[in-house]
Amino acid sequence: MQPHAVITVLAVDTGSPLLTEIAILILAAFVGFQVISKVPNTLHTPLMSGTNAIHGIVLLGGLVAIAHGEGFLNQLILVIAIAFGTINVVGGFLVTDRMLSMFKRKPEPVAEEPQK
Amino acid sequence: MSLAAAFFQDVNFINASYIVAFSLFITGLAKLTSPTTAVQGNKIAAAGMLLAVVATLLNRDLDGSEFALIAVGLIIGTIVGVPAARNVKMTAMPQMVALFNGVGGGAVALIAWAEFRDLGGNLSDNLDIGVPLIFAAIVGSISFWGSNIAFGKLQGLISGSPVKVPAGLFVNIALLATAIGAGVAILLGSDSEGLFLAILIAAAILGNLAVLPIGGADMPVVISTLNAFTGLSAAAAGIALDNYALIVAGMIVGASGTILTDQMAKAMNRSIGSVLLGGFGGEAPAAGGGGAGGETGGTVRSTSAADVAILLAYARQVVVVPGYGMAVAQAQHAVREMAKALEKKGIEVKYAIHPVAGRMPGHMNVLLAEADVPYDQLKEMDDINPEFGRTDVSLVIGANDVTNPDARLKPDSPIYGMPILNVDESRQVIVLKRSMASGFAGIENPLFHGEKTQMLFGDAKASVSEITSELAQL
Repeated sequence: MQPHAVITVLAVDTGSPLLTEIAILILAAFVGFQVISKVPNTLHTPLMSGTNAIHGIVLLGGLVAIAHGEGFLNQLILVIAIAFGTINVVGGFLVTDRMLSMFKRKPEPVAEEPQK
Repeated sequence: MSLAAAFFQDVNFINASYIVAFSLFITGLAKLTSPTTAVQGNKIAAAGMLLAVVATLLNRDLDGSEFALIAVGLIIGTIVGVPAARNVKMTAMPQMVALFNGVGGGAVALIAWAEFRDLGGNLSDNLDIGVPLIFAAIVGSISFWGSNIAFGKLQGLISGSPVKVPAGLFVNIALLATAIGAGVAILLGSDSEGLFLAILIAAAILGNLAVLPIGGADMPVVISTLNAFTGLSAAAAGIALDNYALIVAGMIVGASGTILTDQMAKAMNRSIGSVLLGGFGGEAPAAGGGGAGGETGGTVRSTSAADVAILLAYARQVVVVPGYGMAVAQAQHAVREMAKALEKKGIEVKYAIHPVAGRMPGHMNVLLAEADVPYDQLKEMDDINPEFGRTDVSLVIGANDVTNPDARLKPDSPIYGMPILNVDESRQVIVLKRSMASGFAGIENPLFHGEKTQMLFGDAKASVSEITSELAQL
């Protein structure tokens, strides 16, 4: 069988849009390379923290899987996974926000003295 | 079911929401690359995440009891995650990132396990699910355990110096081969759950053993690598679960994490390979042998805060070189006060920021920005290095390895070739340090024994405050 025939069979037989998914995967890789290729050193740590929060998207995996999760152990595993994913998301974005708030320009101590 | 409900629960509506969500991720990430838009960028990405989660919950396959389970998971995660993120000290940020990264990897590994069980172990008939699932299990488990070790090292729970694993490279290759072998056996038709657990456990041990031998100075590179790993494993899980949001977001993190890792490694003049293989093989940690003896290359002169104040008061240009010690002592505000006092006397103050000063790139910038140090006074390495020659006093506050002249002068030094701040070229060097202990790389720093160098021992914050009050009396 030709290689591309194997792939086609794989995609058709299982009904899974595997090739579409691989195409998306590759394009996402290029986006990832491009979008952050020019970053000042200052922002490396917040950026790492920000990307870290974004891979908390695994939370969705837990939410999807639990819809067909049968049995106590499966459900227990997935609840833990959801909790882990939530920590990743919530903690990740909050920590990034705290780091970045350091860069916010504090409002000038304006010249409106309360009283003379 | 009403028409509206049918519309929102349609799989196409959910997927359309995912498209909006990952557009928000990309926009957010792009904005995170500039200081003026970064805060907004993070919020945009967070909004994308909220949208993705809400859209997923619209799934009509979810029933009441499953919603209850989801609520339990979300609540536990929030109760743990929010206070951890809120209360962590600025100095402990890097290990917090490691920890959050680790649980992400752990979630991927657990989801892979649950999916394996759900398919009754039959991955051989579903290779398009099976292959990414095995990949997700291996990489997720490595990321979880590796991140925990990185956390332990930075938090001081485990020794920060390289821990030698006997025959490390051989053991690690054997572990990886075990995990992959078990995976192949499952893909060829075995449905044994024991084999799947063998994958998780072998990868777990590999994650531990791979990070343990890596010294603390290389930890940022390790965390960044594991961050990219978690992203890749999330993308793999996305293929297994046919979830576009997971594929895109995971892969973007995998790709951007790789770029970040590369930039950090370059700043330390090391390749990603040498950092990680150093850990895998034990070829690199010459540092252990080189500096372990602790024999010093000369005498050390110690000085007092009052003397330092006088020295500073008659300088024209002072360069502050902050390092991890400043972060630990939380001395950034005290440093800012001192700088203000100096500026009042007409002395020019600049800050020399080494790309990897502290525990992560940008660590010092964050701390100094917190203390309201003007942005234009923070100089990157390439800008400040030519300035040291006409600097009267360099004030090294808790920095060590990034000032080590051996990196320039001594070819057999383990850090030879690493770009450093040429502090030793300034007329006088004052080093604020807790003790004579060596830096994270575990090697001797001849700067401390230099003729122009004086040491001011003690807590950095207390020392700097003392200098400031001495300055006020001059």
